[in-house]
Amino acid sequence: MTEGTRPVLSCTGISKFFPGAIALDEVDLTLYSGEVHALLGENGAGKSTLIKCITGAYRRDAGTIHLQGQAVSPTSTKESQALGIGTVYQEVNLLPNLTVAENLFLGRQPTRFGLVSYSRMQTETARILKDYGLAINPAEPLSSYSVAVQQVVAIARAVELSGKVLILDEPTASLDREEVELLFSVINKLKARGLAIVFITHFLDQVFEISDRATVLRNGRVVGTRELAQASQTDIIHLMLGRQLESRIQERAPAKSGKPLLELNNFGRKGTVDPFNLTIHEGEVVGLAGLLGSGRTETANLIFGVVPADQGEAKLRGKTISLANPRQAVGHRFGLCPEDRKTEGIVGDLSVRENIILALQARQGWFRPLARAKVNELAEAYVKTLDIRLASLDMPIRFLSGGNQQKALLARWLATNPDFLILDEPTRGIDVGAHAEIIALIERLREKGMALLVASSELEELVAYSTRVIVLKDRRQVDELTGGQISTGNIVKAIAAETNREVA
Amino acid sequence: MKLKSLLIASAMMLAPASVMAADLTIGFSQIGSESGWRAAETTVTKQEAEKRGIDLKFADAQQKQENQIKALRSFIAQGVDAILLAPVVATGWDEVLEEAKEAEIPVMLLDRTVDAPEDLYMTAVTSDLVHEGKVAGDWLQDEMAGADCSIVELQGTTGSSPAIDRKKGFEEGISDASNLKIIRSQTGDFTRSQGKVVMESFLKAEGGANICALYAHNDDMAVGAIQAIKEAGLKPGEDIKIVSIDSVPDIHLAMASGEANATIELTPNMAGPALDALEAYLADGTVPPKWIQTESKLYTLKDDNQAIYELKKDLGY
Amino acid sequence: MVHGFQATLRRIAPQLIILAVVLLLNFLVFPDFFKIEFQNDRLFGNLVDVFNRGAPTALLCIGMTLVIATKGIDLSVGAVMAIAGATAADLVVSGYGWGTALIGAISVGLMCGLWNGVLVAFLRIQPIVATLVLMVAGRGIAQLITEGTILTFLNEGLIHLGAGTVLGIPTPILIWIGLGAIVTLGVRRTALGMLVEAIGINEASSRVAGINSRVLLVSVYLVSGFCAAIAGVIVAADIKGADANNAGLWLELDAILAVVIGGNSLLGGRFSITASLIGALIIQSVNSVILLSGLPPEFNLVIKALIIIAILVIQSPTVKHALYILRASAESEALEPARAAQLTPPKETAQ
Repeated sequence: MTEGTRPVLSCTGISKFFPGAIALDEVDLTLYSGEVHALLGENGAGKSTLIKCITGAYRRDAGTIHLQGQAVSPTSTKESQALGIGTVYQEVNLLPNLTVAENLFLGRQPTRFGLVSYSRMQTETARILKDYGLAINPAEPLSSYSVAVQQVVAIARAVELSGKVLILDEPTASLDREEVELLFSVINKLKARGLAIVFITHFLDQVFEISDRATVLRNGRVVGTRELAQASQTDIIHLMLGRQLESRIQERAPAKSGKPLLELNNFGRKGTVDPFNLTIHEGEVVGLAGLLGSGRTETANLIFGVVPADQGEAKLRGKTISLANPRQAVGHRFGLCPEDRKTEGIVGDLSVRENIILALQARQGWFRPLARAKVNELAEAYVKTLDIRLASLDMPIRFLSGGNQQKALLARWLATNPDFLILDEPTRGIDVGAHAEIIALIERLREKGMALLVASSELEELVAYSTRVIVLKDRRQVDELTGGQISTGNIVKAIAAETNREVA
Repeated sequence: MKLKSLLIASAMMLAPASVMAADLTIGFSQIGSESGWRAAETTVTKQEAEKRGIDLKFADAQQKQENQIKALRSFIAQGVDAILLAPVVATGWDEVLEEAKEAEIPVMLLDRTVDAPEDLYMTAVTSDLVHEGKVAGDWLQDEMAGADCSIVELQGTTGSSPAIDRKKGFEEGISDASNLKIIRSQTGDFTRSQGKVVMESFLKAEGGANICALYAHNDDMAVGAIQAIKEAGLKPGEDIKIVSIDSVPDIHLAMASGEANATIELTPNMAGPALDALEAYLADGTVPPKWIQTESKLYTLKDDNQAIYELKKDLGY
Repeated sequence: MVHGFQATLRRIAPQLIILAVVLLLNFLVFPDFFKIEFQNDRLFGNLVDVFNRGAPTALLCIGMTLVIATKGIDLSVGAVMAIAGATAADLVVSGYGWGTALIGAISVGLMCGLWNGVLVAFLRIQPIVATLVLMVAGRGIAQLITEGTILTFLNEGLIHLGAGTVLGIPTPILIWIGLGAIVTLGVRRTALGMLVEAIGINEASSRVAGINSRVLLVSVYLVSGFCAAIAGVIVAADIKGADANNAGLWLELDAILAVVIGGNSLLGGRFSITASLIGALIIQSVNSVILLSGLPPEFNLVIKALIIIAILVIQSPTVKHALYILRASAESEALEPARAAQLTPPKETAQ
């Protein structure tokens, strides 16, 4: 590989200033042809800013970018695309109601006599996607395929448009294991084709599985670039956090079983979640395990009234209650941190302070505003105890990093002093440091007697904090593990057992 | 309610007079009821038909030409004896008028004309907008009798033909009088509230004492302006002479108390002359002229304005 | 409190500057513009007219600001004005007192608001479509009430609301400033303002946080209907007659424009009623320039368009950003020597 000696893309001294903050401080990044280069760092370390500076979404304040030896300065993502730098984001940036083919060719549709030639577009699409190992109908709307397939279509589009550098920003965040495999096989094919690929993720295992080198950012600076063949996971975590993470998961105190808090009998909704029985006690963490699409999120939403149940009953401390909408759930001192933080959690343009008091204020009613002093006291207290990192409580919450947004949402519910907290994927898209903190927080809340229901796709995490694990499959409860039974192996076995039974 | 009782009353009173009329059926396609004058025209047309014992089929087009064309086709299908049409726009009538001609149904245009060959309709009854303005100008010239007078003008909706023609006519009327001068002219959109707003600004910009007369393109704006003049502490009709056009009931009420000086009638009775011409044609084949101009009657303080108000107020203005 | 006041002032500063510029423009075309006299028992002057004639738009934009903050829009306010004015006129003509007429008009306005709110919040019809229904049908309803005529009335109490004065100040001015203050305090001293902003920014998140977004949505349309009813009564009272064809015609667009000039985003979220009210005054001041300039009416819309475009361009994010850069670079040049002096020594020690 002669190209290996000459970089495809080399960035030197990239700096970016935001009002009151240095987001990037003289960052260097070099990419060679045919390598997968992981870009690592905690949330807020500057990964996204660096990518945006390279693709021209942001204007850099200093530094140079050379693409195959030529100095370039794209001023928009469109321009960088034309130069050869394509980007695929975590939230697929395609149009779900257009067809696969239209998405792939959007903006450059093949024409015939000035009209779009749909037949040619579809044959071309089928041909291109075959290279990526996808055999799907190009005429179907994109939304009829899984996120993983959509992700691959997005990658195909980026590669078709650009073809020199491919930047993947957390592409695996919402994929399950098999889908990750599919994606990695595509990445390996592109690598063989000589593309330079930047891979941003929070999953260290995946970094070591697919990447050749890794550059670690911390507080806007490069703290090191490593050949991954010669580095260990601990080395990288050390670089990222600047401190040795004692133990990612601590030993937990033995579970004390409290009084029953919430009793759900034959609770369900047609077409969403099959009826189930569930009793949640004070001081316990019930984990919800299952593959993607097994009904984890649906169950959480059903109990909180986001999607109201159409059968069964709910009893709170023995009394029948109605859970027809979130307002009623909040009234019963429930809380829900939803899976999709952006669209169902944060209110982006409101300040962090307002986001923290939102649920408490909603419960208090419109005409009883919280006193300003009390609001400040609450917000400041939670920022401190949860270690939410921000420049000011007045800044819009959308400017916070994912982990800090999640902590602010936790603060929102903790401020309402809930009896029962539902957490749906509480650690998704969050950096390692915040990850450990949230797990520790779950443990603390349980010890104080709160009841928690946590849905997660990360089995190790579930094992770490759950006192009981409910295994879901095909929107049905298939097993319940308690005490010593709880282990990743047993959960996987529970899911697999059910599969076998079905096959048999 | 008021309308209906009035119609029934007038129908009963006038019933004996209808003996002479043959059993005519006439279709009337009205634009809609966008203004008080339009409502009065509808009322008067119905009264005129009642008076003559004509069976009037009324169709309200709600400001849409396609509704009018539909109405005309349905009249033709019903085989009416004649059609009255108040066209909402000037163009696009050729085809349906052709159909009426083939069915040998005479069409009389009311209030507005159309851009179509003259042989497609029998006659058009309209007022002369320029003439109305001229009558107003002539009146003011006589009234001032050579004394200097600064005039402010409230125009109709900018670009509309009544606004253009009434302005032109008034300017013709005062062109030979060097003592009369228009010092400010602004649109009041034909509405009472804009008339008031714009008059307020005239009074402040020029000073109430420096304005001698107001010419408004319609009575509604004049009524609004009268209020503005009063609020400025002046006496409308005395400190500032007011002449406007249309002769709606409210301006006669103002004239009755001396707050306005003159109005020129835009008669809502377009149907009367049209039906007269039609009856003459049916009786002995007299072909009417292509254009029947209605009278632009001048009302001043010499008339019994209270009585005119009482007479007009239930016509639907 | 002082903090809140400063924040408000910073928020409305651009609008205040624009208002000052347009008023200055008035002064240039008509030097006596700022002269206010006390004659005929009332304040008399062009500035008074701007505040008085701006009343309908100002009243409408109070409700419109809240509706727009929820990501909605209320196109029906002009038609609701016509209905409310017609209702009030019909009631006094039928012999009821002005109080009854006012209450009747407000009730009708609230009913219209309820209709819009239910369509938007419960039937989930897009606001622009939902309120279009009443925009089109409303004027017809008003015409049914007035039977197509200008319903003239002589009830002094009702007329006073539009054309009267209190201590020499025209009543409409007191009404819109009063209502503006009440609603502003009402939303800012309670949690309503924040909750309205929350549902405008992200309704799904707000719902999960336990906010009763539907009732809140209906409420903002009720406020809008209420404001439109008051505006309708004032407009009718001003000319002593309900003009179903022309009352409030196209005024919904002026109200939306006032909200936009007030710096509020049509995409919902953060809002300032005060800024919208200043926006309404800016629009009326522009109208005043046109009337006082004495130019032929053919120029009216051209002048208005030019001034409004200029205002909106100045407020556009791109121009704002450019101004920010200009200012920042001027500041950094001024700071340059000082900064260099500060930065050099630590660099050396670091090495």
